[in-house]
Amino acid sequence: MDAEPLIRWDWLGNHLDDVWERTTEHLLLTVVAFFAGLVISAMLTSISRRWRWTATPISAVTTVLYTIPSIVLFAALIPWLGTGLSVPAVALTTYSLVVLTPFLIVAFDEVDRATLDAADAMGMTRRQRLVSVEIPLALPAVIAGLRVTAVTIIGLVTVGGIFGLGGYGNLIQDGLNRAFPTLIVVGVVLSVLMALVVDLLLVAVGAMVSPWRRSR
Amino acid sequence: MSSPLTFLTEASNWTGPDGIASRLGTHMWVSLTAVLAAAVVALPLGVYLGHIRRGRVAAVAIANLTRAIPSFAVLAFVVAAGGGIGFKPTWTAMVALAIPPLFISALVGVAEIDDAVVDAARGMGMRPRQILTLAEIPLAVPLLLSGLRVASSQVIATATLGAFVGYNTLGRFITVGRANRDDAMLYGGVIVIVGTALIVDQLLRLAAKRSLQWRKAQQ
Repeated sequence: MDAEPLIRWDWLGNHLDDVWERTTEHLLLTVVAFFAGLVISAMLTSISRRWRWTATPISAVTTVLYTIPSIVLFAALIPWLGTGLSVPAVALTTYSLVVLTPFLIVAFDEVDRATLDAADAMGMTRRQRLVSVEIPLALPAVIAGLRVTAVTIIGLVTVGGIFGLGGYGNLIQDGLNRAFPTLIVVGVVLSVLMALVVDLLLVAVGAMVSPWRRSR
Repeated sequence: MSSPLTFLTEASNWTGPDGIASRLGTHMWVSLTAVLAAAVVALPLGVYLGHIRRGRVAAVAIANLTRAIPSFAVLAFVVAAGGGIGFKPTWTAMVALAIPPLFISALVGVAEIDDAVVDAARGMGMRPRQILTLAEIPLAVPLLLSGLRVASSQVIATATLGAFVGYNTLGRFITVGRANRDDAMLYGGVIVIVGTALIVDQLLRLAAKRSLQWRKAQQ
């Protein structure tokens, strides 16, 4: 790539709509995987807390799934599910729940037993205790898990671009195919930028939903 | 219709320059050298900063930032920056991805050691160098091994990606299998890669567990 510069600003100026489309794709896939993963993780967490013996197999499965390189999971799902939205949705949701579940389990395990006893002694029902004691106390650790999950998913959407599954990764793959560095640089920078913005957003959400921590 | 199992049990698929054995060898060799090169850079710096108890805030920031950078992005970036194709960009990206977890685990592993332990070592008359080699580094081993595990899984995954920029690793079974619509080869490759990743991961977990047992016995 002798004379080709790392970035051609005029290309960027002429293709803002293209970049915008990739941005919405990337965000859409992230949001779908994030919330689907959150729902499944929450279910797995409550299962493992209610029936203690399930905790070991659940953590074993998440560990094994996490070891599978993302590119391999994408490649393995494509012959099954085609090249539509379902492959990235399934693969990303898998990683989402695999990353998040251990965080959720630890977050709720670390709520002080004495505090729960106090809640019981005050006559709270299970539901009241969960909503007004356990969830608020577990929240900081939950937010930490959500941050790691979101940032991980955004990076993995990019990997899916190798197979043209949508998002900034498509720009990067096009750039590789056409030996056009501008596409690669734009894809890489925007992907990292989105991860940082979403991370900060989750920090802000965390501060908003736990106002009692601010005074400390 | 052949299945991944017949692909894996067919002897001719294992031999030759494009066979499973050769690609597995390339895959592991490049992974090993990348981790070693990253360790040479990351460990001394991490251990030193941990020893003088500096840079913990920076370590957390690096950990967050590097999680945001996908391995594919690093690889593509090296190619875009004129790193060519094949071994060179793959290896460069692998080293770049292995450095942060190794650096952070070394730094945090040493920095988080109880001050009382260091004081005791000093009280026993150890020199600064002895405190480092006889107390701090051994105590940091469990965390170092978990950093090594994270680095290795990153590196093995990135070596797979290397096939997409023309490097003859195990990922080749995926690129060729896809191009030729040969699902037996594709899934055969998937099985070999996942198996390799799992075995390395489990071995390093085992080593970390061992190192913790050693620590318990000492306490």
